[in-house]
Order: sequence, then C-alpha cells, then structure tokens
Amino acid sequence: MAGIKIAGVSKIYAGGVKAVNSVSIDIADGEFIVLVGPSGCGKSTLLRMIAGLEGISDGEVSIGGRVVNRMEPAERDIAMVFQNYALYPHMTVYQNLAYGLRNRGTPKAEIDARVAEAARMLEITQYLERKPRALSGGQRQRVAMGRAIVRKPAAFLFDEPLSNLDAKLRVSMRGEIKRLQRRLGTTSIYVTHDQLEAMTLADRLVVLNGGRIEQIGSPLEVYHAPASTFVASFIGSPAMNLVSGELHGNRLAIGPAVIELGAQAPASGPVTVGIRAEDLRLARDGEAALPLNVDYVEELGAQRLVHGQVGDQMLTVALSPAIAIGEQLSLAIDPARLHFFAVDGGRRIGEGSVPAHASAPVAQPV
Amino acid sequence: MPVLLSFVRQTPGRLMETKKTTFDSRLLPYLLLAPQLFITLVFFIWPAAQAVKSSFEREDPFGLSTAFVGLLHYQRLFEDPNYIDALLRTAVFAVSVTALSMVLGLAFAAAVDRLVRTGRVYTTLLVWPYAVAPVVAGVLWWFLFNSTTGLMPFFLEKVGIHWDHDLNGTQAMILIIIAAAWKQVSYNFLFFLAGLQSVPQSLMEAAAIDGSGPVKRFFTISLPLLSPTTFFLFIINVNYTMFDTFPIVDATTVGGPAQATTTLVYKVYQDGYLGLNLGSSSAQSVLLMMIVMVLTFVQFRYVERRVQY
Amino acid sequence: MVENRPFLTFLTHAFLILGFAVVALPVYVAIIASTHDIATLMSGPVPLLPGSHLIENYSMILTSASAANGLPNYSHMALNSLIMAVAITVGKISISILSAFAIVYFRFPFRQLAFWIIFVTLMLPVEVRIMPTYKIVADLGMLNSWAGLTIPLIASATATFLFRQFFMTVPDEMLEAARVDGAGPMKFFRDILLPLSRTNIGALCVILFIYGWVQYLWPLLVTTDPGYYTLMMGMKRMVTVQDGVIQWQLVMAGSVLAMLPPILIVIFMQRLFIRGLTETEK
Repeated sequence: MAGIKIAGVSKIYAGGVKAVNSVSIDIADGEFIVLVGPSGCGKSTLLRMIAGLEGISDGEVSIGGRVVNRMEPAERDIAMVFQNYALYPHMTVYQNLAYGLRNRGTPKAEIDARVAEAARMLEITQYLERKPRALSGGQRQRVAMGRAIVRKPAAFLFDEPLSNLDAKLRVSMRGEIKRLQRRLGTTSIYVTHDQLEAMTLADRLVVLNGGRIEQIGSPLEVYHAPASTFVASFIGSPAMNLVSGELHGNRLAIGPAVIELGAQAPASGPVTVGIRAEDLRLARDGEAALPLNVDYVEELGAQRLVHGQVGDQMLTVALSPAIAIGEQLSLAIDPARLHFFAVDGGRRIGEGSVPAHASAPVAQPV
Repeated sequence: MPVLLSFVRQTPGRLMETKKTTFDSRLLPYLLLAPQLFITLVFFIWPAAQAVKSSFEREDPFGLSTAFVGLLHYQRLFEDPNYIDALLRTAVFAVSVTALSMVLGLAFAAAVDRLVRTGRVYTTLLVWPYAVAPVVAGVLWWFLFNSTTGLMPFFLEKVGIHWDHDLNGTQAMILIIIAAAWKQVSYNFLFFLAGLQSVPQSLMEAAAIDGSGPVKRFFTISLPLLSPTTFFLFIINVNYTMFDTFPIVDATTVGGPAQATTTLVYKVYQDGYLGLNLGSSSAQSVLLMMIVMVLTFVQFRYVERRVQY
Repeated sequence: MVENRPFLTFLTHAFLILGFAVVALPVYVAIIASTHDIATLMSGPVPLLPGSHLIENYSMILTSASAANGLPNYSHMALNSLIMAVAITVGKISISILSAFAIVYFRFPFRQLAFWIIFVTLMLPVEVRIMPTYKIVADLGMLNSWAGLTIPLIASATATFLFRQFFMTVPDEMLEAARVDGAGPMKFFRDILLPLSRTNIGALCVILFIYGWVQYLWPLLVTTDPGYYTLMMGMKRMVTVQDGVIQWQLVMAGSVLAMLPPILIVIFMQRLFIRGLTETEK
C-alpha cells in the first residue's frame, strides 16, 4: 500500500496537442480519488499514464515513493479495472484471476488461496470454472474487480468500470466498490464522467477540464464551494443556475430584481451569480424577491423542479411538492448561499473559494 | 486462389494502423517478420526484378553473354499476331467465365436465400466444386465432352452439332470456359448469398408493405444493394480466370488446337519454360504483372469511393 | 415475414435441384466411368449406370505403380499431396500470424517498408514469374525437394492481412490488461492472442489446405523426380499418353480419389470453410 504523487504531469501528443496539462495531485495512502470531467478532459489519459499504458511527456509519477515513469505497467504494483472488463474470453474465471499471479511466479498454493479469498469477497466462488461468456454483466464486473484484488497491489486504477452496466446495477456496484475499498484500504484512483458516481465514491474529487485541474476537494467542498463556473455547472443535478448579475456595495441586481446581501459584496460590477436550485424558496410577504415566470414543472416525487425565467434568464427551482404553483412565483434566497464568479474566466470570487491546487489531502478514509 | 485479392476491400490507409498501445521492443518485430520477408524477397521480389531486367536483355544462344536491347522484346510482342491473339482470347475467356459463373452464382444465391429451412442443405450441395482442383475440373469436363467416350457429343450429335474439341478451336475454348466457370460458381454463390443475407430484413419488410413481390424486391432492392459485392467478385473472377486456370488448359487442350486456347499465362509458360525464350517470356511476365497491378489498383480506387458514399 | 407463394417456392426448389444436377453431372459421370472397363468406355458414350469393375479399377490405381507411364501409385502420390498441403498450411499460418502480430502490436522503423514488401506479393502470383523463380530455386539446389516444393509458396499477404484484420478487432484493453498482469509480448501472443485466434486459424486451415492440395503449376516446374509427384501431377501424366489410349477408367478413379479429401473437408467443415472464405473479408 502506498501513496501516489503526481507532479506536473503532462501528455503532449504529436502535433502539440496537450491532452493533460501540468497536473499535480498528492494522493494519501488508502485514499479514494475520483477523476471526473466531461469526455476529452484528459481524465482517462491521466489514469493510463499512472498505469504505464501511456508515456508521460512531462512531469513525474511516483507510487509508494518510487518514480515509475520508466517502468512497465506490471512493475508499478498497480491493478486496473477496465470499462469493458477486458476479461480473457478463453480463460475461466479462475484462470482470469490467476493469470497475473502466475506471471509473477506466485506459488500455486498461494494463488489458490488468494483467488478463493477474492472470489469469496466478491461472491463469485460458484462461477470460478465458468468462462466470461457465461456470466452476466454484473458478474463480469465482479471478476474484473477480483482480478485487481488478488494481486494485492499498491493501488487500484478504475477506468469508468460501471458505464457498461444498466442504471440499477450501477448503483449497487457503486456501493460495493466503496465498501470493498474501505475494507481493503487500498489507494484508488477512479475515472468517471458521471458526477453522481464521483460524488458518492470519492474521498476527494479532482474535477478536470481541458486537460487541467479545475478543482480538488471533498465532494461537499466541491459541491458547496465550486471553484469555477465549470465546476458549478458540472457537479450537482440539477446543475447550478448561473445567471448574470451586477454587484454594487452590498446589493446584487439580477435583471429587474435587487437582493440585499446584508454585507459588503466581495466585488463590484458585473458578475456571474450561481444559485443552487434547492437554495431558493418562496418569498414571504414583503420580502425582497426574484419574480419567476413559470415555463414548466418536472415532478420528481420527493421534490418538483420548476423551470422559468427571471427577466430573460433561465432559472430552475427545487420546491416541495406540497407548495401550490401559479403562473408566477416570488423567490427568495439566503444571501450567504449565493456564489459569485468572475464574468471573465469564471473563477470563484470571495470567501469559500478553494484554491485550484489544494495539495494537502483533506479527508482520510475510515 | 480467388481468395488472394479479397482483403483489399479495406482501404490502404486502414491497413497501416497499429494498436493504440504497442509493445516496445527493438529487435522482436524484425525477428517476427524475418521469415515472411525473407521468403518474399528471395522468391517474389528478386525473381520479379529479374523478370523486369531480362525483359530488356537478349542472351546469346550459348547463354554466355547478355546485351541490353531496350524495348525490343515488347515491340516484338506487340507486332506478333500470336501474342495479340492470345491477349484477345484471354479477354474473351475471362469475361465469359466471369459472366457465366457470376450469373449462375447469383441465381443460386437468390434461390437459396428465399428458402429458410432447406437453404443450408442446398448450400452444402452447391459449395463443394470450390474444393475440386482446377486440373481435375478440366479433366472431368474434358472427359464429358470427349468425342469418342463423352456423353455430351453423343447428345449434341442428335441435335445436329458435331463436337470435337481436338479439332475445333471454338469448341475447345467453350470447353475450358465451362470447366473454369463450373469450379468458380460455388465461390460466387457463397459471396452473393452472404451479401443477400446481410440485406436488412426491415428493408424487405418495408418493401413488402409497399406492395412489391419477391421478384420485384430482388431486382429493386437486393440487386442494387449487392453492387459492392458484384464489383468485388468481378475483379476476383477476372483475376481467377487469368491466373488460376492454367491447370485446366495444361491438362486438357494444352493450348490447342492451333493455339485456340493459349491464354497469356499459358503462353508465358510455353515460351519460357518449354521454349526457353527468356527475353520474350520475361516481357510477357512484366505485362502480366502490370495487369495484376491495374486490377489491384482498380479495386482500391473503388473501395475508397465506396467509403465516401 | 408471412408470404405464401407456393408456386414460386416450387420453382425455387426445381431450379436448385436442376442446378445441383448440372453441377454434379461431371462428378457423377466420373464415378460411373470409374466402375467400367476400358472396352465399355471406348465402345460409345459412357453408360449412365455403374459397371462391375469398381474394385478392380480402384485397387489398380491404389497399388499398381504401372497404372500409367511409370507413375508412383496413388497412395504414394496422395501422401505427397498431403505432405505438401499440410506443410503449406502450417507454414503459411505460422509466418503470417507472426508477421501480423509484428505489424499490429509494434511500432518500429521500416514498418511501412515491411508492410509494402508483403503487400507486393499479391501482385506477383507464380504464374507471372515462372522462369526467374524456377531459376532461383534451381540455383539454390532446391529442385526435387520438399523445401523447393513448399517454402516458396508459404509467403502470404492474404493470410497476414486476414490475421491483421482479426487482431485489430481484439479490444485494446486485452493487451493492456495483459501488460498490467505482467505479460511480455511473446507471453501475450501465446497466452492470449493465439487462443483467441483459434477459429480464424481453423477457417484459414481449411482454405489453405485446399490451396495446397490443388497446387499444380509449381510442382510441375520444380519436380521431375516421380518420387515427388503429387496427385495433380499424376492427373496430368495419366492424360498425356503419347501412344495408345487413355485409360479413362483409371483416370476417372484417380480423379475421384484426388477430389475426395478436399470435398469432404468442405462438406464437413462447411461453417469454418464459409467463414474462411467470406467472413474474414469484412
């Protein structure tokens, strides 16, 4: 077991395209890190560089204190779980699990013991003699995990391991991965484009965009204090409302409405205002309010999402289904729950902003 | 072998791809390629280069010295009515065999494609001629048309046709066309059948709902969709007829009577191996190589066009 | 699709049965002719029903060296054909799968050149380079030898590219998983790629065995020693009788035996055969 240090790592392809741009992350021993971002953000490339499947153009990756830049994947003491499982179709489940150990010359008795242990842990013992073809998607996924576990590596690398499963199975496997990782305490790096998966699994999230790190932080930090409009719109569902407004002294103007901040604004002039849908509520009589013209309502059961317009800007509000809704709503918000971002570049303004290169691990796994 | 050109249905660009991730090893890939490259260089490239070289040279009668003669051999070939005849004859042969075997192959495929349960049985009944050696195919048909023992001349005589392929050049040509086409029908049949079976069922259903019957559907939907297969088979068949039918000719008509079945390949063999006329034979070889190159090139061009649309 | 057109279905069956009858005719006649004696055959058109000389004709061709013009007997030639077909099949598959592995799974200087050298073999069938190839084989002292009969035929662009095509469809993650599992190139090839290629190798075996079995021109060029004659050579020698009559009953018996092995392979391995011929195209 070991920590992983990623220092100024870049991937530059022939032609000068930078898929990963000077990324640094310090990962503590036993930590569960999720790399999240839209497709093409460089998250998979970064993971594959850590695995040794792609060359590192610049910077350094060390695992357990050893610089691994020039090492073969097999020498890096990592195990990887692939999106399409990559099980060897002509080998039985047992042989699939044992292959990596056999290649390392592990004694037969120990291979048997380790495979049996991993199979028990993943509840695939009764499938050991089957070929992958004869397994369901979820079972294949478990075998892929088992192949990583038997090796007892310093780190697990997951490359979108759940995206080939149907929605229901994905949720249960997600829980299982988290549980297993806790139990084994193995440092893990997990790549996904699904922000919900990222939020639920991570000790710390690394939000990537265009090959750069937008923000590193615990799921709640990233949710409550997104470092940029990109993170704000990427993390959370429904996405955070981003509207343009203007700050003057201790007041914020959004279209026709004016909100008293109750304190000096962190900036002055035009800003992008971030508002979580669930932070809005119906205004009480006489309270300063945002007038919302309702377009349509999405019923989600536990809550309802009301989509409408403030002035000419789109806004989504999450309300309790108990509240009656007319053509127009008056909305209020606790000023402390407003997020401000620079119009130019979209970086967060004011307190609560987290520096993009927070390098100290924030959360330790239990 | 007709299968020889088949892979070129891919574009050359795609043929050059590697995997995204590759192994790093300096020596190993060369070792892996060595046997293939060695054989290719020694038995393919070097002889081909020799053929090109000697097509520009003349050896003295004792084989002691050679002299550069430029395009003399080529010039003589094109002035030689025998060679021009062989060229035209080969064209007739190739087109006839291709047309005959493709039409029959398509007809069989269309028929089998209609049948759901018995289709496999008929497929088995129709594919095996592919496995018959050309030389055996030639001998079988030769025997069937043999003027003393054969069945066919006996029946043809009854309808007033006197058959003797040992004397009548046209009849000899018909004989080798039939033998060559017979062997090739199964190949075309299999490809047309695969093509027909890959026509989406939904398309057929839509056409049926639009009110077209099975025959109309075949001509208005299946056949147009088969055009890539048809073109591919055309090239393959021309290639087959030119190069793989040598045993049929050699075991039956031996190029006769009176050169009536001497194809270009047979002439290279006669002039070179039997007649020891190295220069002329080499020039003929070079011309044949150019024909194969054109066939390959046409196929590639066509594939690229198809990718665009 | 529900479509009931009994007359069209009847026509379809009638057409296919007629077609099969025409396609099978020469083989039927050959089988019939191989059961008669030469006198019956020479006295007019071949009878349509079997005669009584089946055992005599076949035992003659199988055992007698003097069936025609000092040829070795059928069994000897059949063995030669088998050796040649198997050697060509094994040789072609071995060197092609290795070349394809190198071309797909490695990047190295002169890869393009190697690729084109292999490609060029497509444009150079034996038929267009008869003399110079004969000459090089003669210079290397390989006339009348198994090496001369087989080695020049085992270079194969087709097989190489068929394997290449298949390797390209193997998911990249297979290689990556194997690398993470500590497998080097040859271990990956042996443990993963080779077992995955089983069906393709099988399909190619069928096609290449037939290819090797029916070889004609090449053995004609490089073997003069009857000890190396294959069945195809035997056919040629049996029908080129300088004086006297062709022993048609023996020629037909020989034809039947010569075509039997590949036909049986095609019929009993039909799925592999069709796959080898058509599916590897895509």
